[in-house]
Amino acid sequence: MMDLLVKDLTVTIDGRNLVDRLGLRVPSGEVVGLVGPNGSGKSTALRCVYRALKPTSGVVRVGEADLWQLPLRESAQRIAALTQEGSADFDFTVEEIVALGRSPHKRGNEPLTDEEHDLCVQAMQQMDVLELASRGILDLSGGEKQRVLIARALVQQPSILILDEPTNHLDLRHQIQLLGYLRRCGLTVVIVLHDLNLAAATCDRIGVLSEGRLFASGAPQEVLTEALIAEVFGVPVSVVRHPITGDPQLLFAVDGEQESLSRR
Amino acid sequence: MVLLLIGLTAILVVSVFLAIGLGSAIVPPTDTARYLWAAVTGGSILPDEVTRYQIIWQIRTPRVLLAVVVGAGLAAVGATIQALVRNALADPYILGVSSGASVGAVSVSLLGALSVLGIYAVSVGAFIGAMGATLLVYGIAYGKVGVSPLRLVLTGVALSFGFQAIMSVMIYFAPTSEATGTVLFWTMGSFGAATWGSIPLAALFVFVGIITLHRYSRPLDVMSLGDETAASLGIDSMRARKGLFVVTAVMTGAMVAVSGTIGFVGLVIPHITRMLIGATHARLLLVAPFIGAILMVWVDLLARVLVAPRELPLGVLTALIGVPVFIYLMRRKGYVFGGK
Repeated sequence: MMDLLVKDLTVTIDGRNLVDRLGLRVPSGEVVGLVGPNGSGKSTALRCVYRALKPTSGVVRVGEADLWQLPLRESAQRIAALTQEGSADFDFTVEEIVALGRSPHKRGNEPLTDEEHDLCVQAMQQMDVLELASRGILDLSGGEKQRVLIARALVQQPSILILDEPTNHLDLRHQIQLLGYLRRCGLTVVIVLHDLNLAAATCDRIGVLSEGRLFASGAPQEVLTEALIAEVFGVPVSVVRHPITGDPQLLFAVDGEQESLSRR
Repeated sequence: MVLLLIGLTAILVVSVFLAIGLGSAIVPPTDTARYLWAAVTGGSILPDEVTRYQIIWQIRTPRVLLAVVVGAGLAAVGATIQALVRNALADPYILGVSSGASVGAVSVSLLGALSVLGIYAVSVGAFIGAMGATLLVYGIAYGKVGVSPLRLVLTGVALSFGFQAIMSVMIYFAPTSEATGTVLFWTMGSFGAATWGSIPLAALFVFVGIITLHRYSRPLDVMSLGDETAASLGIDSMRARKGLFVVTAVMTGAMVAVSGTIGFVGLVIPHITRMLIGATHARLLLVAPFIGAILMVWVDLLARVLVAPRELPLGVLTALIGVPVFIYLMRRKGYVFGGK
């Protein structure tokens, strides 16, 4: 198990700081949520962690190692990601897509071993897509696809799992199942969620991003306050306690007289 | 899978044999076999058979073998390019290779450049044109964050129009009508110029190329998922794409140099193969070359018998076959092509 440490992470594109001196520590085995308005830099920061984007400056550490000094293959053995990209344009089957999760552990076209096949079956079971195994990925619904891609990330056997809006397209049951699994699995998880109530129910800690900076971080009940939501998201909410778990939950009122969307 | 490959090999061998025997002058299979045997083993034939022997061995055999080489190569390159640019509509000529080659070939034959190379001058000109066009497209598409697939495709399309304009101007001012024939050859493709001399080099480029591409099957699978996902799976798409583009460009250049540009094969064969055996490149890059080779042999046969003694340009026939297949594919998978 390894800690993930992000220090002074800055991404500058065309003179604009999409991520601005971001610092984040994710202790091994914790589930940390990133929340924030659209364009606050959540996905950009995560891209620097799963190595799709080289940061302008700053450090990402995995355990003792400086991530960007590692060969790409080695970092892919430690960190798996669910990106916001669509799946393939070609009609791979579900099991083929899932099996690609093994590629950082393989040389060239080396075939999968029996144990690795078992691993794929387990992951598909875990994500409730085993019965789709021989179906084409293009025939699946958005939610089914999403679960296949998560199974692929699990097959990678990472110590750190990065999930960029994994609950997109998932129905309520699969959302709860996925988040429950993330809590149980023992992996270090960094997850972007737009649903703040799900974030509060799932995450050990939550980081709030605003304009590329870490605005606040801490346990859900410390972070998700009426004042903070009003300031960062520009929305009035009422925070209540969940009657059973005690997690903070937000209640919204949708008012037809509200200010226009362009106001921050 | 093994059975499938054995079956395809058998079909290919039979197709080659039949295509060598058939043509405007039909040679019975037994005679065809006897001539081929004589040529390979150095055996003897009757004096009055010399003409037919020459048709079989000097004209048709190299021609059919070249069809095999180019058909296989176009199928493999097409499948690879489609994965590299993540675009189901891509084909081997997407980077302006074909129009670049045409400009190279036509300027050589009109301006008489490279004349020291003798009969190979035009082929070399085509090859240089193809490589030059690819470099140019790649250079222009190269941006701050590397080369994105979409930029490559768009640049390729734009430059192709430019090259075509240059070619039209050259034909317009050309002193002879010969130029029109040359252009037709390069834009529509033909195996009519095949000789034993032109085969070994093209075959070498194509087969070494196919083996190289096949070694990158898993990276190609991963890259079809998108650059970001590929990075998270340990594959640097930018680098892999650059290397694989060099391989495909050299292969395409070598093929264009000996046969001109034959449309639709590199576009449609990969799709047909995917429908048959799925999208995994380890299988796709084995099977597609066989299907491409078999189709090419039969298309070439049609091209030389349909209006014999004249010949149809190959591009006409591949378009006649390819367009309906393509429209069928597009309508079947309309949501994929148009969705993203």
